[in-house]
Amino acid sequence: MKILVPVKQVEILDEDFDVQDDGRSIDPDCIECELNEWDDYSWETALQLMEKHEGTVEAVPMTVGDESADDGLRKCLAKGGERAIRVWDDSVAGSDPIAIARLIAAAAKKENAQLVLAGTQSTDQAHGQTGIAVAALLGWPHVAVVSALDYSAGDGKLTVRRELEGGVEEEIEIALPAVLTIQLGINEPRYASLRGIKQAKTKTVDLLSPSDLGVPADQLGEHGSAARVRRMYIPERSKAELITGTPPEQVKRLIEIVNELKGA
Amino acid sequence: MADILVISEQRRGVLNATVAEAIAVAKELAAAKGGKVIVAALGGDPDRLVPVLSLAGVDEIISVALPSPEFQSDEYEAAVAALIADRTPKAVLLPHSIDSLGYAPALAAKGGFGFATDVFGARYDGDDLVAVRQAYQEKVHVELEFPGKETVVLTLRSGAFKAPEETASPSLTSFVAPKADALTKHVTFHEPVASDGEDLTAAEYILSIGRGVADEDNVAEFEDLAGALGFTLGCSRPIADNGWLPKYRQVGQSGKTVSACKVYVAMGISGSVQHLAGMKHVPHIIAINKDPEASIFSEAHFGIVGDMFEISKELKAQLG
Repeated sequence: MKILVPVKQVEILDEDFDVQDDGRSIDPDCIECELNEWDDYSWETALQLMEKHEGTVEAVPMTVGDESADDGLRKCLAKGGERAIRVWDDSVAGSDPIAIARLIAAAAKKENAQLVLAGTQSTDQAHGQTGIAVAALLGWPHVAVVSALDYSAGDGKLTVRRELEGGVEEEIEIALPAVLTIQLGINEPRYASLRGIKQAKTKTVDLLSPSDLGVPADQLGEHGSAARVRRMYIPERSKAELITGTPPEQVKRLIEIVNELKGA
Repeated sequence: MADILVISEQRRGVLNATVAEAIAVAKELAAAKGGKVIVAALGGDPDRLVPVLSLAGVDEIISVALPSPEFQSDEYEAAVAALIADRTPKAVLLPHSIDSLGYAPALAAKGGFGFATDVFGARYDGDDLVAVRQAYQEKVHVELEFPGKETVVLTLRSGAFKAPEETASPSLTSFVAPKADALTKHVTFHEPVASDGEDLTAAEYILSIGRGVADEDNVAEFEDLAGALGFTLGCSRPIADNGWLPKYRQVGQSGKTVSACKVYVAMGISGSVQHLAGMKHVPHIIAINKDPEASIFSEAHFGIVGDMFEISKELKAQLG
């Protein structure tokens, strides 16, 4: 069984970031990137399946992004796996999750994957769309917000748990091939070893273009997206009344407030 | 057509409260476009939802019976796609929820609809629907538009809109959903692990810790602090995910809603939407966080920008 794990680099804003003059984007100088937190969990899920079913399960991380997105793939490869896939050309710029899902679905077909494990959402945009859109484009069964997963070789199906509200979980059976979106806390993602980080540098990252995957340019970019950014702005926010002073002064005031609120 | 379609959601017979909030949004959007508010009651026993969906502004309730008694993504997707084809609404409003995360992107990808999730503002600017959502951990708000899309699907953030209080007498119709192959099979529900006697939903005074606690060994210090203050200890998701505190101490969407809480002290919690969902209703919120930009400060009434360990130590000293 081959598992395809779509990951992405998320954008973290500096403390004094700014919206650019176009009013639709953030000044790239104020952005740092790191691997999406949810994708740490989906990749760990894939690695654990690969280790449990050694020799019969292969896990491949993929990303849609320019050259800088290789960092995220290397971070995955430092923990395990032999190769990764990156998809990019200029026609991809401006794509929303639905457009990106077309590329991931096409890659899943090309790779003959039986399982796609995506993160439930990303920390920067939090759309929560990509994985389930991939499932729709492939016509595969899918479950979102998966908090537990069980697979026995040769079963042709998975037993998973979907995390509902208030700590309730729903147990579901799902036949392969399938797409799952993975929730935080499903496992404890490992740290990469120094040796792993070194080895990752020599592992293969296959670069594919949308046309390699048979996805036409008019299905990508803003034209191929379900939404378009019209404006971005920094919201006015209500602010807490700040308790200032030295820590002892702050704490003195804090205790007064708590006592007052408790009616003491 | 200028109608707005609201899709209901229920869990074990209880309506998702965000559906009523979506009706309020639908009413405004429909008024701007001169259309009707249509609410689809979906589920194994949809007629049971009719009374709670008969809210002010609703013109019509469509009853759509589905084969599975509980949510099944393929059945929901097929039923809503067929409803859209039948009624050609201008906008379709869903709760942003665990269930909609499981089928709305499939609906949008296959139907080629305009689509946005976790929306907390929606309006028409002329003929263009504009949806507002957040990005970058609430630091930025983003307005989205949907050029060329006849129908736009929006999932709405819970608690962002006020549900109508008045009731109404909408017309009742029914719709036969196409037969859908359910590709997943419900096995059972698992209830949350019972607590050791602590019940966060009943606690009046709660001190919660988050990622700022940094290490499992540091948790005990805040257990002591909660004890010294006479508060019940709670936590945010990462602490429960790490197994540093049991899941029943987790406050938030996938944990507990602290319904009885009067004073909530959040230490080292940045304030994700999911956490806020469980506590932002509390009348008195005090936040302690070293990041002055943490979104918890937007919901808190009092705040200290500072180191949670230093404040904890000082608190214990002054409490004696």
